[in-house]
Amino acid sequence: MSFRKIGLGLAAATMLAGMALPALAQDSVYVPLFTYRTGPFAGSGTPIADGMHDYLRMLNERDGGIGGVKLVLEECETGYDTKKGVECYESVKGKNPVIVNPWSTGITLPLIPRASVDKIPILSMAYGLSASARGDIFPWVFNPPATYWDGLSMIVKYIGEKEGGLEKLKGKKIGFLHLDAAFGKEPIPLLQELAKDIGFEVALYPVAAQDMQNQSSQWLSARRDRPDYMIMWGWGSMNGAAVKEAVRSGYPIDKFYSVWWPGEDDARSGGAGAKGFKMLNWHAVGTNFPAIQDIQKHVVDKGLSKAPKDKVGELLYNRGVYNSLLIAEGIATAQKLTGKKAVTGEDVRRGMENIKLDPARLKELGLEGFTDQLVLSCADHNGHRAAFMQEWDGTKWVKISNPIEPMTDRVKGQLEAAAKDYAEKNAGWPKRTEACDKAS
Amino acid sequence: MDILYKVFIEPFVFMGEAPDLLIQTLWEGLVSGVLYALIALGFVLIFKASGVFNFAQGIMVVFAALTLVGLYEKGVPAFLALILAVLVMLVLAVVVERVVLRPLVNQPDIILFMATFGLTYFLIGFGELIFGGNPKEMITDALFLPQGTTELDMLGGMVRFQHLDIAAAIIASIMIGLLAVFFSKTRIGRALRAVADSHKAALSVGISLNQIWVIVWFAAGIVALVAGIMWGARSGVSFSLQIIALKALPVLILGGFTSIPGAIIGGLIIGVGEKIGEFYWGPLVGGGIETWLAYVIALLFLLYRPQGLFGEKIIERI
Repeated sequence: MSFRKIGLGLAAATMLAGMALPALAQDSVYVPLFTYRTGPFAGSGTPIADGMHDYLRMLNERDGGIGGVKLVLEECETGYDTKKGVECYESVKGKNPVIVNPWSTGITLPLIPRASVDKIPILSMAYGLSASARGDIFPWVFNPPATYWDGLSMIVKYIGEKEGGLEKLKGKKIGFLHLDAAFGKEPIPLLQELAKDIGFEVALYPVAAQDMQNQSSQWLSARRDRPDYMIMWGWGSMNGAAVKEAVRSGYPIDKFYSVWWPGEDDARSGGAGAKGFKMLNWHAVGTNFPAIQDIQKHVVDKGLSKAPKDKVGELLYNRGVYNSLLIAEGIATAQKLTGKKAVTGEDVRRGMENIKLDPARLKELGLEGFTDQLVLSCADHNGHRAAFMQEWDGTKWVKISNPIEPMTDRVKGQLEAAAKDYAEKNAGWPKRTEACDKAS
Repeated sequence: MDILYKVFIEPFVFMGEAPDLLIQTLWEGLVSGVLYALIALGFVLIFKASGVFNFAQGIMVVFAALTLVGLYEKGVPAFLALILAVLVMLVLAVVVERVVLRPLVNQPDIILFMATFGLTYFLIGFGELIFGGNPKEMITDALFLPQGTTELDMLGGMVRFQHLDIAAAIIASIMIGLLAVFFSKTRIGRALRAVADSHKAALSVGISLNQIWVIVWFAAGIVALVAGIMWGARSGVSFSLQIIALKALPVLILGGFTSIPGAIIGGLIIGVGEKIGEFYWGPLVGGGIETWLAYVIALLFLLYRPQGLFGEKIIERI
């Protein structure tokens, strides 16, 4: 091969590399979105991906990005597969992402040790490792607005109140239907601890990923054990199939509770019998917010969204919007703190630690009343915010409770012990060296 | 001693104490078994005719069901959508024969097996491109499939029978009966059996191998459509349904890869075995045993009949 050909090849490769790395431009920041629009979990992944993309795209279309810099958005399909998720991370980390959203507890766990090395903050919004709420031990991981342990404690608290007090749960049996994966098992230690403290019994019903749509055994077992309440930690097609099976097996649906992941389609699949199914949530559904109407105007109506028009504003779509609200706020706060426009991952980590989404700020963003306020800090990367219970009325979710605060007194000790344990078990876990900003 | 009691005595005591739950478990196992058998049947048909283990059978179940629901969502009336879905499976059979099987004639079986892997991933991608990745609801009402539950008080308790499950068992049984008659009594069926015995001998008496492959893949496509409708009506239509098809593997190990009765009996044994095992012995190890129990049952049978319950004994000269 001649030197001329080698030279031409190198020139072409340099040009291609330049085209492939738009994030290096000074007037933009690179935000990869880990999504799954394919595979068994696409039912949950697709609306979330749409919401995430559309909010950030709307900022690009309406405002020209954030603080004068365009957001370079790029989706990486993980299929909710840990191996593919890590591959996605490896493929994006060279492009200077300002933040990464794994959208899977299984993917989050192997990324946690890499985050501090690569200086890329990880946002695992209300999922992932509960203990990573501790900013002093996990400075690069954020899991607002509540951990899975907070969520579980809220459900137990709610059903305790229904019974007339937590102590009334003594002698009761709580069934825990969960995906047999890192995500589904995450709250089990707390559930067992609460069972010991309060005096209720726990029956575990694991659902293997390959049996998500074949749950008759679990519900037969529930008929045998007669749990007074069922709590579900499900994802993807497991949620809809569980609602169907609950109805089929005659389990009292009003005693069936879920963490915050089922969507409208999951509840709908149970037909009329699903009326009364309950789940936690922390934000509004619907499109009655200026920011979401702007998404419709600037993105959906212009054909820039992959979401069907009638799905905009549904629960999991708005969950994706909330996720991107946090990303955008992290970037905006980082810009304010550093005075830079094209912020880096290190800047956005600081930005995330200084997020202050109070009612005034939410109003300013066109999301007044969309969600409760959220304030993060150097020490608290979660917020441990309250959620509310909502019920399926046959056609839509209806809010049926006031905000339920997590049982912080019971969760805090567990959380601290788990964080300490994590640091001890991972030899050489680095001590936090990142300085805290005064405001946080 | 306690563990021995829990393993060998307690489950049987519980069966006696709550016979209604035993009946319910057996019923659930039978319904699952019939549906496993239906999926296994698709594998058997293709294996009999071509010696190919069709890894794509699972995704064919999803693809057929998605085609039906997708067409209905586009405004096609339900029964017309059903006919069109059947035609799509015919087109798929023709394309598979032309593009995958014909060019690979006389290649080792493992090459054909790997080709069905390729077909699986093509159909996943193609299906997601056309229908999207979101789960869909089966058009149960539009197909006049029965809904509701009959609750029978019996044996001091109550047993629930879903009308849909009863319909699934009946439809699957009719389907299996029709296929059995088709392959044993018709000319095409006899030709298929001839191909199954020896490709070369069948070719020498004028049987068209290509035609037989199209017919058999089409038959497997129809079986996939029926299985997709029934599973879809039970738990929704999504790409995770294709994983359930892996449950057909222990059924095939048990029943034999070449036997239609084997697929049926194997399906029922696996269906009932895993439900009984999960229900009565699962709690001893924290539940979730049905995922692997089916394979254990199949392997236990294999120790005594390596060719499966109804499989042909393979004798090879050395």
